[in-house]
Amino acid sequence: MSGARAGGARLVATLALAGLASGLAIVSAYRLTLPRIQANQAAALERAVFEVLPGALRMERWLFRDGRLAPATGPAGALDESLFAAFGEQDRFVGWAVPAAGAGFQDTIKLLYGLDPAGARVVGLAVLESRETPGLGDKIFKDADFVAEFSGLAVEPTIELIQGHGEGANQVDAITGATISSRAVVRIVNAGNALWRPRLPDPATVAPSATPAGTVPPDVERGGPVPGGRVGDPG
Amino acid sequence: MSGGAPGGFGAEYVKGLVRENPVFVQALGLCPALAVTNSAINGLAMGVAALAVLTGSSLMVSALRRAIPAQVRISTYIVIIATFVTVADFTLQAIAPDVHRELGAFIALIVVNCIILGRAEAFASRHPVPLALADALGMGSGFTLALVLIGAVREVLGSGSIFGQPLFGAGFEPWVVMILPPGGFLVVGALLLLFARFAEARQRAAERLARGEGAP
Repeated sequence: MSGARAGGARLVATLALAGLASGLAIVSAYRLTLPRIQANQAAALERAVFEVLPGALRMERWLFRDGRLAPATGPAGALDESLFAAFGEQDRFVGWAVPAAGAGFQDTIKLLYGLDPAGARVVGLAVLESRETPGLGDKIFKDADFVAEFSGLAVEPTIELIQGHGEGANQVDAITGATISSRAVVRIVNAGNALWRPRLPDPATVAPSATPAGTVPPDVERGGPVPGGRVGDPG
Repeated sequence: MSGGAPGGFGAEYVKGLVRENPVFVQALGLCPALAVTNSAINGLAMGVAALAVLTGSSLMVSALRRAIPAQVRISTYIVIIATFVTVADFTLQAIAPDVHRELGAFIALIVVNCIILGRAEAFASRHPVPLALADALGMGSGFTLALVLIGAVREVLGSGSIFGQPLFGAGFEPWVVMILPPGGFLVVGALLLLFARFAEARQRAAERLARGEGAP
């Protein structure tokens, strides 16, 4: 058995020391790994933005504040809603990457989708986070046919989920065996559109701000609030 | 058994691999063995994370075994283990974000993996540092082997691949239930049965040998 029976003061001292050493170790590990973790998350986000917006070479975070959408200048506050403007060659504006979230079959699905500059078509979809059933619900990002439905998908009046084969420009075929997850994705994208499309400025006025190419504020990976929580009442 | 006189470094290492395998023989750590083994690579990552935590905490517990009063030993062990788990969590997030995303909450749950507290209490707190190291490495390797084995079986049957490499042609219809929770129970059950069979056969052989030697 470890040690001998000890008095109360010794017990308190042991636990206090253990707690102190533990706290120091954890804080050191946190501080050492934080830059790498943030860089990883920013890189993952950038990859996702480039994935959902064909032709994108750099991105900028734009905030919706005081009723208008503008390039983020500093770190975003906790209540700011944001999306990403992406630019291609010669700073041509290629579209918006919209983060959105909502309830899936098991847990919240967080995704990012691309809108063309006019906000009329969805051009790409990437699932950032999901705990959908492996083999069934996870087809929302593993089934290439389903993901491909979201390139060039009309958003007017709303995106519809069809069982079987939808021919319309705004129709998505549900995944067999994963109807709930497919429906969740469509619902999240529709809610994101309802929230963001009325806010988008005239695409001709969208130009990269003066910040150096490719910079993203370091707090981006915290994500700010995704519109998911509020999309129910876009009004 | 580990309760008796300690063997050498090698003996303490080897026992955890098969003969006292934490999952298949001691039936410990079944929660991660079921939860994260839907692919071989996930099993490997979880196993290595647990191995790292187990080694760190066993070394610490063994080194401090005379300094920790008996009444608060379990709480102290838990503080030590939780610290290693948190550090492992941050490290994995920094060096392998994809793996971390796959394993999700289960990394933090290594804290309550009974193999780790079990080895701290049953072995590390009663043995010197080198033996505790051997025991932790052995048990950790045994745990990793078990998780990779479960993950490989489930991945081959449920996804038709191994370590992400497709094994069969496009005609293969994956047996999806194997990568869902019920498949975990089926595979773990079958492997437990297999190991129990081996243990029984070995015991019979040992008894036969003993009888044979005892006879004139």
